[in-house]
Amino acid sequence: MNAKERNGLTAVWDFFCSLKLTIILLILLAVFSIFGTVIQQNLQPAQYREIYGETTYQFLNSLQFFDMYHSWWFFGLLGFFSINLISCSIKRLPRVLKIVKNPVLTPDDTLYRTFSNLEEALVKTPAPEVRDRTAALLKREFSAPVITEKDGKIHLFAQKGAYARFGVYVTHLSILIIFIGAIIGSLWGFKAFVNIPEGKAANKVLLRSGATELPLDFAVRCDDFSVTYYPGTNRPKEFKSLLTILENGQPVSEQLTQRPIIVNDPLTYKGITFYQSSYGPAGDPVFNVRVRVRETGETRTYNIRQGQRVELPGGDFFRVAAFTPSFQEFGPAARLEVFPSSGPPRAFNVLQAHPEFDARRRGEFIFSLLDYQQSYYTGLQVNKDPGVWVVWAGCTLLILGSLIAFFLSHRRIWITIQPVGEKTGIKFGGTAHRNQPGFELFFDDFKKKLKKEISS
Amino acid sequence: MTSAQLFNFVTVAYFGAMVLFVVFLPTRSKQIALGATFLAYVGFAIHTVAIGLRWYESYQLPGGVGRAPLSNLYESVVFFAWTILLVYLLIDLKYKQRAVGAFVIPFAFLGMTWGQLRLDQSIDPLVPALQSNWLTYHVITCFLGYAAFAVACGVSIMYLIKEGKDGGESRSDSPAGGVLSLFPSTRILDDINYKAIMIGFPMLTLGIVTGAAWANYAWGTYWSWDPKETWSLIVWFIYAAFLHARFTRGWVGRKAAWLSIVGFGATIFCYLGVNLVLSGLHSYGGS
Ligand code: HEM
Repeated sequence: MNAKERNGLTAVWDFFCSLKLTIILLILLAVFSIFGTVIQQNLQPAQYREIYGETTYQFLNSLQFFDMYHSWWFFGLLGFFSINLISCSIKRLPRVLKIVKNPVLTPDDTLYRTFSNLEEALVKTPAPEVRDRTAALLKREFSAPVITEKDGKIHLFAQKGAYARFGVYVTHLSILIIFIGAIIGSLWGFKAFVNIPEGKAANKVLLRSGATELPLDFAVRCDDFSVTYYPGTNRPKEFKSLLTILENGQPVSEQLTQRPIIVNDPLTYKGITFYQSSYGPAGDPVFNVRVRVRETGETRTYNIRQGQRVELPGGDFFRVAAFTPSFQEFGPAARLEVFPSSGPPRAFNVLQAHPEFDARRRGEFIFSLLDYQQSYYTGLQVNKDPGVWVVWAGCTLLILGSLIAFFLSHRRIWITIQPVGEKTGIKFGGTAHRNQPGFELFFDDFKKKLKKEISS
Repeated sequence: MTSAQLFNFVTVAYFGAMVLFVVFLPTRSKQIALGATFLAYVGFAIHTVAIGLRWYESYQLPGGVGRAPLSNLYESVVFFAWTILLVYLLIDLKYKQRAVGAFVIPFAFLGMTWGQLRLDQSIDPLVPALQSNWLTYHVITCFLGYAAFAVACGVSIMYLIKEGKDGGESRSDSPAGGVLSLFPSTRILDDINYKAIMIGFPMLTLGIVTGAAWANYAWGTYWSWDPKETWSLIVWFIYAAFLHARFTRGWVGRKAAWLSIVGFGATIFCYLGVNLVLSGLHSYGGS
């Protein structure tokens, strides 16, 4: 490798290690992320054509703007980001290890000159006395110093929170761990859904991507589905399915038999998790209708399906023409039609909550809707994500790391004492590896205390 | 006494504190500053009681409606104002820079006024998707983050005014010196800005993580790039850029102050704009 090539390589390396690149990448990520919140993602092509017109649609589509968080360029940006993160860490970590493991114990003027917090003083107190007093002060106000005597000079070095230096690296590593978790999830996991009618079992689910079927090596049976409402409202309170996991037609365990699942409480079996996500009616409801003949008081009850015509006492017919589970604020209501042997059909409503309501109609028969059985299907989201634990581990480290990085700072103070003629010269400086302004406030205060301590 | 009445007192107390803080700037009266701080504490205490009372009231309603008061737009605004006061009072305890109140209390006052005058205050039962403890953790951490960013934004505005008017600390005898000399030094303002973001950033991180944990628990995906999630990430990117900017020469001071203000703008958009302007899964802003 010749010198030119090596220069080129160093330039590339420096480019990837640069913090300016980090800031630019963070701002680019922020700006590009905005596009995906303004352009709705993952609609049907027809919908996009309607919104944007053909040419704009083609253009945006070719740049993958309609699924931009999975586009090649967004992944590219994240890739750049990861490389930046890794190279920065490789470059800096050895330096930090050295600073922490082998601190400079005998600072010279060159080192002192690099501190923005620097102070010198000349006092009458003899050097050993100054040494003892500053050491005691350091211990009280900061931390116990290492004292080194060399070439007639006394050096004190004290530090606090050295491990705070590693918080940043933990934080950065955690971001990579989260990425790895996400990749594992997308390679070995899946997102699917399945609709299971009450009483039926399913052993296949439908993948969300491409809607292909995926067989499971067990089956899920929906034993029951129910919706409950807050009293007196249409506001749903709970969607609940009772699920049973079956292998070879047999329930696998007691816990997984008729196990209730609700919106915030899913069921997991063999790494596959079932979430309550939707529901709907499966088939027509069955109505339990009572008919009383007004004159004789004779009653008869029917179990009938919607639209099914049945005979009334005396030879007329009726049917349930329509049904709603909530008619205004009255609750379940059915629309009935009576077909007399002569004359036009008559239609009217009956309310489940008011069984005697129909008596006011003054008809030949009094109809009451006693009950109805609607059978439902439950809509389950079915996911498998083996990477999720990696993601949570990363998140935990992310939080721990940033707490360490922010709330602990590696602060160092050096003090050099040397006799100057009759008097004692003292020079002291300090730095914090971050949050310099905060340290300066501390150092100013410390400075005053130190001067007071040694001059009295 | 109902919580709604108490919230009115809170709003009045914050209004008083805000006016006194502003009067303090030209008059430099220690008593006025003390009065303002006292009102802020009183308002905060009543605020705390009122939130507790609203919580209690939700359990008195029929039909199992009880829950922490953190689940609609009104409740979130009220809680936001509370967290702003919390962070402000913490900073006040540490730095005792009274002028900062004039730039931070207005955010809390505006929030309370908007909530009391314009928003639906009824206690509605929770739809199934919101019935989770994760909701509580998620909302608390997010809003503590937002509040810290509000404080950072307030001191950044002060920084820019102070920097712009007298070019730093030296010329305190300049025409505007009367008011500005009461401002903390630019160094302290910069420090408070940074400290506030240092509180806010890990809180926002926790907020995003608890949100992801909840989404994973409820729907099986910890991240789905819905606009609210994405905007919280955008805010996170901006403050991450702010933190890294500190290590790059020339990015402290003015530029840091501007980044902090832009960050808070994005925060407010994430909180309100996404619901009012964009569409998404997080529905409570629409009502
Ligand atoms: C391309 C990606 C990134 C690179 C190359 C990078 C690099 C760096 C570097 C070199 C430092 C200074 C460390 C030191 O010498 O003390 C730093 C600090 C830090 N970084 Fe990053 N970083 C990146 C992304 C992130 C992200 C996304 C976060 C979000 C949590 C983050 C969080 C932090 C924190 C919390 C600090 C400490 C800040 C402070 O002490 O004020 N970094 N980063």
